[in-house]
Amino acid sequence: MTATRRLLITGAALIFAFGLGACGERDQVTVYKQGKYQGKPDTKPWENDPAAAIYTTSKWDKGSKTGWESAVKTRNLAQNEYTRAE
Amino acid sequence: MARMKFLCDAERCIECNGCVTACKNENEVPWGVNRRRVVTINDGVVGAEKSISVACMHCSDAPCMAVCPVDCFYRTDEGVVLHDKDLCIGCGYCFYACPFGAPQFPQAGAFGLRGKMDKCTFCAGGPEKDLSKEEFTKYGSNRLAQGKLPACAEMCSTKALLGGDGDVVADIYRQRVFKRGKGSEVWGWGTAYGKPDQPKAAAGAKS
Repeated sequence: MTATRRLLITGAALIFAFGLGACGERDQVTVYKQGKYQGKPDTKPWENDPAAAIYTTSKWDKGSKTGWESAVKTRNLAQNEYTRAE
Repeated sequence: MARMKFLCDAERCIECNGCVTACKNENEVPWGVNRRRVVTINDGVVGAEKSISVACMHCSDAPCMAVCPVDCFYRTDEGVVLHDKDLCIGCGYCFYACPFGAPQFPQAGAFGLRGKMDKCTFCAGGPEKDLSKEEFTKYGSNRLAQGKLPACAEMCSTKALLGGDGDVVADIYRQRVFKRGKGSEVWGWGTAYGKPDQPKAAAGAKS
């Protein structure tokens, strides 16, 4: 095999390899990862003592989620004037 | 409990700005910042003028939360979207992402320097000790921790602005629509995808 022929074959192999290298299929769309909250933790509203608040009529036992929800629902329903008028 | 939501009834809102004032007063919001505002369309056109009160809608899939580069947003168990001001860098990405223009930026210095973001907290304060001075200074009043609902909704004179548990709010609005015979067209399929099959208002309905 002559040197020229060897050079040609090597060149062709390189061109082939680089040429096919561009044909690879890669994801074109970036998938964003949802971030995670990095700040300070917050207290749940029902973990507060209702007596600690001034000027409030809402009552629940400290730490009682259902009690707090029921107190908030009572105020929520007060926004319906149809029931207030009846 | 479902999620905390606001609903503004455009048929009832009289653009009194009582909600804006209530919010400003309750939270001692700084000058130049409006956590809530009233938007009016067809201003001055008789019969076509409509107003709604807009603030943070506490989205279930909040865009502000998605774009924040420092991840300072969080969602409480009640579905209220809040943020930590100690982390906020005031970049303004959330303002561009929000479809309601809710994030506000107080001027923090000369040359229009932007301060940390401020927005409606559904009167739920923030990540500081509940009902503390620090919480009030940074985030405003924490009415949820007192078993109350947002001041804007509770103060609304015509009860156009409803706030609270989404299910309860929807029930109140539904009853209202049945009583007056119209109003359901403001949401649902017709609003989202056009109105080819919009049901007609009940006979004898008043505006």
